[in-house]
Parts: sequence; structure tokens; C-alpha cells
Amino acid sequence: MKAGSTLGACAALVRRDLTLVWRRRGDAANPILFALIVVALFPLAIGPEPEQLRRIAAGVVFVAVLLAGLLALDTLFRGDHEDGSLEQLVLSPHPLSLMLACKIAVHWLTTSLPLILVAPLLGELMHVDATLRWLLPATLLLATPLLSLIGAVCVALTVGMHRSGMLLALLVLPLYVPVLIFGAGACNAAQAGLPFLAPLLWLGAALVLALVLAPLACAAALRISLS
Amino acid sequence: MPNSDLHERPALLQARALTFARNDEPVFGPLDFVLHGGEVVLIEGDNGAGKTTLLRVLSGLLAPTSGEITLRGEPLTLARLSPQVALLSHQSGLKRELTAIENLRFAAGLLGVRSGLSPTSALAGVGLDGYADVPVRQLSAGQRKRVALARVLLAPVGLWLLDEPYANLDLEGIRLVNRLLENHANRGGSALITSHGAYAYTSGTPRRIPLRPGAANRQPGIDNLLNAGAEPSGAMQ
Repeated sequence: MKAGSTLGACAALVRRDLTLVWRRRGDAANPILFALIVVALFPLAIGPEPEQLRRIAAGVVFVAVLLAGLLALDTLFRGDHEDGSLEQLVLSPHPLSLMLACKIAVHWLTTSLPLILVAPLLGELMHVDATLRWLLPATLLLATPLLSLIGAVCVALTVGMHRSGMLLALLVLPLYVPVLIFGAGACNAAQAGLPFLAPLLWLGAALVLALVLAPLACAAALRISLS
Repeated sequence: MPNSDLHERPALLQARALTFARNDEPVFGPLDFVLHGGEVVLIEGDNGAGKTTLLRVLSGLLAPTSGEITLRGEPLTLARLSPQVALLSHQSGLKRELTAIENLRFAAGLLGVRSGLSPTSALAGVGLDGYADVPVRQLSAGQRKRVALARVLLAPVGLWLLDEPYANLDLEGIRLVNRLLENHANRGGSALITSHGAYAYTSGTPRRIPLRPGAANRQPGIDNLLNAGAEPSGAMQ
């Protein structure tokens, strides 16, 4: 008898989740469409003056990306819970937190990374200046993994419940607010010509902390949800 | 013979005074049983008797309300159990968008492979050789059950926990489950299977554990319901 190695199990899980996203790629495009629509509506609603748009650009893009991420968050464990593969994952002989970290990584890669890639376009719709053209995607690169990790813990807590959408939003949003404040704050400071490194470093520190703790919390929450 | 030293080694799985209650309502128990290596035990009970809950407790997913479970003489934990158990539950654990073979390849990556088997040969072993590249969503309920059985067969474990393995299967499928269980037992593996009694494990004489619901959970029989309609109770007047 040959037991699978943990690394092999991680690879199998990543490959399966990527295949699944590819098979449902229509759904995977939803967050991008959502963010594009939200940002594109702002110039229509408040008028096309570049100066006015530029002032709120970072905030609007951040909120759009955050809400788009929230839309996709529910899919993280929902399907696996419904078809029983989550149960199989919990019963596998590998560390559950590591397996979940892989799942979260794939989820971030397929929902948030595309958003970061279209962030320059979103910025262009809001007439951002030269600094923000690179700073906005860079800040999102720090902020979105943090959002995914925090969100995953909340999803793991609510996955056993039916129609948990509203509860999930209530749980997640207070935790998302600091990320929003630091992320959009860094961009706003840069735009005003102020030092912006400190909020970015805070985001980085929080990300490191979440990378270590969130998968563990996620595994504990999931075991509670399954019982 | 492997049977001669069965009683000198601690039992593979042993439950003592095991009960489980959900919101203070007993679901099953108290239950005592012993499962040795190379043994197939059938848990029989009506709908709602707590068979599924029992298997979830034994697989470590649920904590028992009282009583204890030991695995080879030591208390059961998920960490000790998981390398040696395969669970077949009502939810197949299969991805509908993936093909049968893709699902099995994933299971092989996650759990490892029994020596001498591969995802392809396991699929052939459950009589689905032509269906490797068919998405699971296009398979019938019985065929999905067979793919799930192939996953159990493929895992390099000694203990099978099968919840209603006969459900949705045709006669040939039922014979297949019995054959798989027999081979598994001959290799020294053990299995706990649940059934509501309509089909039974036919090869040899497996031990049966009758499972009755806990007292508070017992549903009123149809006779009681009819009587209740005939004679209004005092509370209603």
C-alpha cells in the first residue's frame, strides 16, 4: 500500500480546483464584470470631470474590488460542502490547514488576480494619475490575499448553514474595513504627495500574520461547521 | 490463520456505551460493539435510526455525546483514524464537472493508491470501464455510486465505513458490493456497512448490529397516529 505524500496531495487539490474553475469559466468572469460595471457607472453618475473622479478613484476601485471578492467568496467551500468532497478532505491523512491554504490560494488566483490585472483599466476609467497607475495594482496585490484569507475563515464558519449569504456579509465586512482603510488610504496619500509606505507596511504585516493564522483558524472553523 | 490471534490483539474498532444526542434528543445508543480486522459488520436500522450519524461519529467527524470509541485499543482521534479509513457517505464526494477518471485521479493524489491498483483498474473493478471520460454529472445515480465505490476501493486503507452502499444499485451492483467486501475482508480489511435491511450482505454470515433510535427520537407509529385521531386527547378539550 502506498500512501500519498502531502505535497502530492496539495498538487492534486490545486490541479482539481483549477480544472473546476476552467470548466466553469463563465462563472469565474463574474467578479471582473461586476467590478467593471460598478466603476464604469461612477463617471456616468457623478459627471466626467477628471479632477473630481481622480479624487475618489482609489476608494471606488477598492470598494468595487472588495465587493466583487465578497460575491465570489461564498463559492470557496460551498460546492465542496454540498457534494461531500469537504468531508473527504477533512478525512484525508494530510494537515487540513495546508489543504485549505491551497484551496484559498487557488481561489485568490482565479478571482482576485484577474481583478488586479484589470485594475489599471479600472483606474483609467477614473482618470488616475501616473503614481496610482502602478500603486493601485500594487496595493491590491497586498490587500486582496488578506481579504481572501479573512473571508475564508468566515466562509468556513458559515458553510454548514443554509442561505448564509447575509450572515457572511455581516461577519466579513467589519473585518474588511481596516484593509479598505489602509489600502485606499495609501493610494490617497500617494495622490496627495504624502508618504504612503506606512499603511502598505501595515498591510504587509497583516498579510504575513493572516498567511500563518488564517488556514489554522479555517481548519478549526470547518471542523465545527461539519459537526 | 489470521483469525486465531484476533482476540489477543486489541480490536480494530471498539465502542463502549456509545450515544449521540442532537440538541438533547438522543439519536442512537447506548451502543456497544467490537470490530476486528478481516471482519464485515452490518449495521441494520430503519430510516431515522441513526445509521448515518453513527458512521459519522465512528469516522471522527462528530464527537459522541457519551461513551468511548477506541481504535486498536487507544482513543479514536481524527488524526489517528484518517490514514486508515475510507468513508462512503450519502454525498458522493465526487465533482460533477469532472470525469470519472479525473475524480479518481484526485482521490489517488489525496489519499494514495492501494498497491496493484490504479484509477483505471479501480474503475474497471466496479464495472465502469467504458465510462472513464464521461463527466460524473452525466452518469446515473447507480453509476455515481460505483465511482464512489471505486474511490473507496482505491484508497490504501484497512477500514471501510460504507453508508448505504447498496442504495441506487441494480442486482449486479449489489453483487459487486458483496464481492468487493469479500475481497477486502480476505485481504484482512474490515468494513462497517449500514443498510435499512432491504438488501443484505450475502456472502458468508456477517455480524449484524441492530440500531434503534434513542427513546425521545422514536417517531409515533402509524397505529398511534390513527388512534390519536379516533380518541381526542384530554389536552385538546
